[in-house]
Amino acid sequence: MTSLRTKLHDARGQLSDRWHHMPKWTRWVLIAAVVVFFYALPNEGFYQHLGPIPTTESNFGQVLFTVSIYVLLAVGLNIVVGFAGLLDLGYFGFFAVGAYTVAVLTSPSSDLKTLWQWEMALPLAIGITMISGLMLGTPTLRLRGDYLAIVTLGFAEMIRIAAVSSEFLKGQRGLNQIPHPPGEYADGKPVFGVLDARPYYWLVLTLIIVVVILVSNLNRSRVGRAWVSIREDEDAAQLMGVPTFKFKLWAFAMGAAIGGLAGALFAGKQNFVSSQNFELLNSIIILAAVILGGSGNIVGAIVGGGLVAYLIERFRGIELFGIELYEYRFLVFGLTLVIMMIFRPQGLIANRRRSAEFKDRRKEVAVGG
Amino acid sequence: MDVNGLLSNFGELTTTGLTQGAIYALVALGYTLVYGVLRLINFAHSEVFIAGAFAALWTWGALGLTQDSVVSGVGQIVFYFLIAMVAAALASAATATLVERVAYRPLRKRNAPPLAFLITAIGASIVMAEAFGIYTRRLPQGLPTIVSNEPWFTVAGVPVSIVQVLTVVAALGMMIGLDFFINRSRMGRGVRAVAQDPNTAALMGVNKDRIIMIIFVMGGLMAGVAGLLYNVRIGVLTYSVGFLLGLKAFTAAVLGGIGNLRGALLGGFLLGVVENYASGLFGTQWKDFVAFAVLVVLLMFRPTGLLGESLGRARV
Repeated sequence: MTSLRTKLHDARGQLSDRWHHMPKWTRWVLIAAVVVFFYALPNEGFYQHLGPIPTTESNFGQVLFTVSIYVLLAVGLNIVVGFAGLLDLGYFGFFAVGAYTVAVLTSPSSDLKTLWQWEMALPLAIGITMISGLMLGTPTLRLRGDYLAIVTLGFAEMIRIAAVSSEFLKGQRGLNQIPHPPGEYADGKPVFGVLDARPYYWLVLTLIIVVVILVSNLNRSRVGRAWVSIREDEDAAQLMGVPTFKFKLWAFAMGAAIGGLAGALFAGKQNFVSSQNFELLNSIIILAAVILGGSGNIVGAIVGGGLVAYLIERFRGIELFGIELYEYRFLVFGLTLVIMMIFRPQGLIANRRRSAEFKDRRKEVAVGG
Repeated sequence: MDVNGLLSNFGELTTTGLTQGAIYALVALGYTLVYGVLRLINFAHSEVFIAGAFAALWTWGALGLTQDSVVSGVGQIVFYFLIAMVAAALASAATATLVERVAYRPLRKRNAPPLAFLITAIGASIVMAEAFGIYTRRLPQGLPTIVSNEPWFTVAGVPVSIVQVLTVVAALGMMIGLDFFINRSRMGRGVRAVAQDPNTAALMGVNKDRIIMIIFVMGGLMAGVAGLLYNVRIGVLTYSVGFLLGLKAFTAAVLGGIGNLRGALLGGFLLGVVENYASGLFGTQWKDFVAFAVLVVLLMFRPTGLLGESLGRARV
């Protein structure tokens, strides 16, 4: 067992070393190949040759859209949980704020009757989620970290209750006829229609790439170093002159803004938003995705988000020994969280620095512990 | 805003609030005990509560009661109540111990960062809630009527039922017992010692792991009794109620000052009453919203709660 584990560990290390020792152009070619693969994936002529990868049920383009939204959310939550080390248990609340902002501003059934276009509402949706992140973060980020977890959980629940109960947000009846993103083909047909989910998937995929580039640059900058120092030892960071509160708030607000972006994209695709879209356990799925993939590592978050969302869709409608596997999804993700934290807290695709932190702490076990 | 609605039902809202608050307070004690000693929010505590509620349900089922049964006669009521109370308390204590052993102790041995504890806690909580959900096919479970919900007597025109009196009295009794245990007994002294300084306590010969086990058992006993009282009061049990109740009980613990036993009591009753007044004022659907708003506002202005955090602090 141990030898297998070390072997696996070595293999992964070698893979990573080999990656870093490749000439720059090889790396770019490989990255380009992966990107092209994911752009080609929703075309039927392509995915039907991939064996068991496409899902048995429903439209594969639609499935990929859902998966891509989860990936975007995982990338956003990774900033909060992985980079800055803050536990946000209500991340889906920000997704809801983004979706509802778009819905309220654009839908004919909203009381505002502004009837904006989707692309006009998008920046405002991102801005409002960011502000809601700042409003929530300002009082709580000054406190101990575990209070943040509970307040974000309460926040997501408050958003859900408001969505269910308030007249303005229309509860379960929801807000309908939200416009789609703009754009027309040469023959006058809209790019973003009702039947074909592929353009939405491509849009989200493109945005994921943009966000990943921005976030990884930020993570390599002064901001990223400040986050690492806060995560490792907040008191020491403060003593060294890092304005910890400011950078924590930054991470929190940026994560929120990305959640809002995902919500706005979701509203534009779905063209209907109601209180049933925002179950609390979704926040937990995203958290499980980030932890599983490897928090603190962007590639890990992408893989985790993609894997978790894809597996949920893949097992929909499949029965094993007379049991619907889909019913067990939350049970499985709950178990994943516990098992990962005990045996592999750094995640499947670990951030080296983060693994070193866990190892380091193990040596410092206290007296009588 | 419906001020008349609040004023005309003021008495009833108060009694309902106090009854509900008693249950919050009992669950809040579990959060406070664990937090006081380990500085850990035990998210899985809501499912410790649910385990007790289901144990009571199954005990009654095993004794031949169905959801249509109505128990009558003082002897029978006392019998069914007490036997379910014992079952619920034991089941919850066992669940709490299990969570400690499986989810927390391995992390403690590795000196994992606090974030890791919170994540396993929430994972364990979901696993248990889902297990109950799948077992009951996610359907609400009807419960036998053990104690009648009819008005028993009236105080200043406000009807009070036996259930309400029983809930408040049972909760107060449990809390007085716990307070004695922590403040007067030898083991309680150990708990306070570990809460103040775990390493020094260990050097003085206190068995830290045993103390941690004891606080989980104590919290579990309280949550089990709360589960039984919840069953008797509401009459229907759904697998998912633990989450919301747990979150509110935690709010109650913070309200009173987390780590402070008497604070949990005060916070529980206060939250129960406040949220019921709010439901009179804004409508029932906003009740939970107000409860969380209280938490957020509280953390802004007085994060140490009304009575302050005390279990872990040295008293000079």
